[in-house]
Amino acid sequence: MGTALTQDQHFAYVLRIGDNALILGHRLSEWCGHAPILEEDIAQTNIALDLIGQARMLLSHAGAVEGKGRDEDKLAYARDVLDWRNCLLVEQPNGDFADTIARQFLFDVYNHLFFTALTRSSDAELAAIAEKSVKEIAYHRRHSSEWLIRLGDGTDESRSRMVEALNRVWGYVDELFTMDEVDDAALAAGIGVDLAALRPAWDQGVSDVLNQAGLDLPTVTWSVGGARSKGHHSEHLGFLLAEMQFVPRAYPDSAW
Amino acid sequence: MGTVLTPEFPIREPSDIAEIRALLDAVTDPEIPVLTLNDLGVIRGIEVEHEDGARSVRITITPTYSGCPAMITMEMDIRDCLLRAGIDRVEIETVLSPAWTTDWMTENGRRKLAEYGIAPPVKGEPSGRRALFGEAPTVQCPHCGAEETKLVSEFGSTACKSLYQCNACLEPFDYFKCI
Repeated sequence: MGTALTQDQHFAYVLRIGDNALILGHRLSEWCGHAPILEEDIAQTNIALDLIGQARMLLSHAGAVEGKGRDEDKLAYARDVLDWRNCLLVEQPNGDFADTIARQFLFDVYNHLFFTALTRSSDAELAAIAEKSVKEIAYHRRHSSEWLIRLGDGTDESRSRMVEALNRVWGYVDELFTMDEVDDAALAAGIGVDLAALRPAWDQGVSDVLNQAGLDLPTVTWSVGGARSKGHHSEHLGFLLAEMQFVPRAYPDSAW
Repeated sequence: MGTVLTPEFPIREPSDIAEIRALLDAVTDPEIPVLTLNDLGVIRGIEVEHEDGARSVRITITPTYSGCPAMITMEMDIRDCLLRAGIDRVEIETVLSPAWTTDWMTENGRRKLAEYGIAPPVKGEPSGRRALFGEAPTVQCPHCGAEETKLVSEFGSTACKSLYQCNACLEPFDYFKCI
């Protein structure tokens, strides 16, 4: 057993989950009007909508846990880059469609396992949000898995792009499973998930789909983390926030 | 968001509850106007209280999808409907657990959906119970009734629908997907 979960740690724990959902949701929303085909434009924005909806519930809950009067909007629009606690993977740019699918697939497999485990959280609100979200995430996982197979097992061009895309984001995977003191305390309190314990199921889930796509596991050896624990983000997050936060920062507290 | 405790509603005046439920039959899904909120199964509780001759109603609802933009409109429509009917005070609370499922849609709702041209969710096919690469359910074409249909896209015009096409009459149609 670790030390007792402090209120700050509880807040940090919920915030990390909410930030992942909001940043990935925003990234996917950037495809609106730009996806390769109409059906995919609709699919990407539907998934974005699910994630942003989940982020609203999670950030509202984080604000309530923190108890300092910050609501979902304050947390989404009035925090600068160092205060964000999403993982590096979700903030990576959309790139081409293979890059988007690679990022989404690796995250969806993780997210599905994570939220399935989170439904057993002793934080009743968090468990309820997870119970709601996991049904949506199952659809996301199926969608990105199907695209990974379609592109990996498609033409020479789609296959090489898919391989390159997986190589580009593979180094961000370890961060998803790295436990720190907040994770340890949340786990000990029965609120959090044992991230390291999800890894074997993730490895299996990912290699099953890669096999179907006729692709090998990436052999990338670099690995980087530190965003969800310490706010050490890549340069991409600042640009994302600049766009996402511009209007509420330019016109604070305006309503329409 | 509201609390997640499953509320236990004291039913003080059973006749009131029936009256409120009947009033709410006039409130429809803003995206699918043939479906009432009762048909959808998003109304999870009705509580009526009388105090000093004033009537307060508390409605508990649950969202269909986390990001469904229709939820806020549904809340406004519920409030509007009840205030117009002379209820003095309306409170709306959102609960997340148990999570909404298409299994809660009424038979009447399923029939109206099909008549409207949207294939209703196939029973017993919630996404969670289906293997991630399981076969898609057999969805009947709402236009010609044929069962030879194909999935075009898992995601459709709203969060709750996917896009299908009929191989017999060739018409595209929406399918209210299982969740």
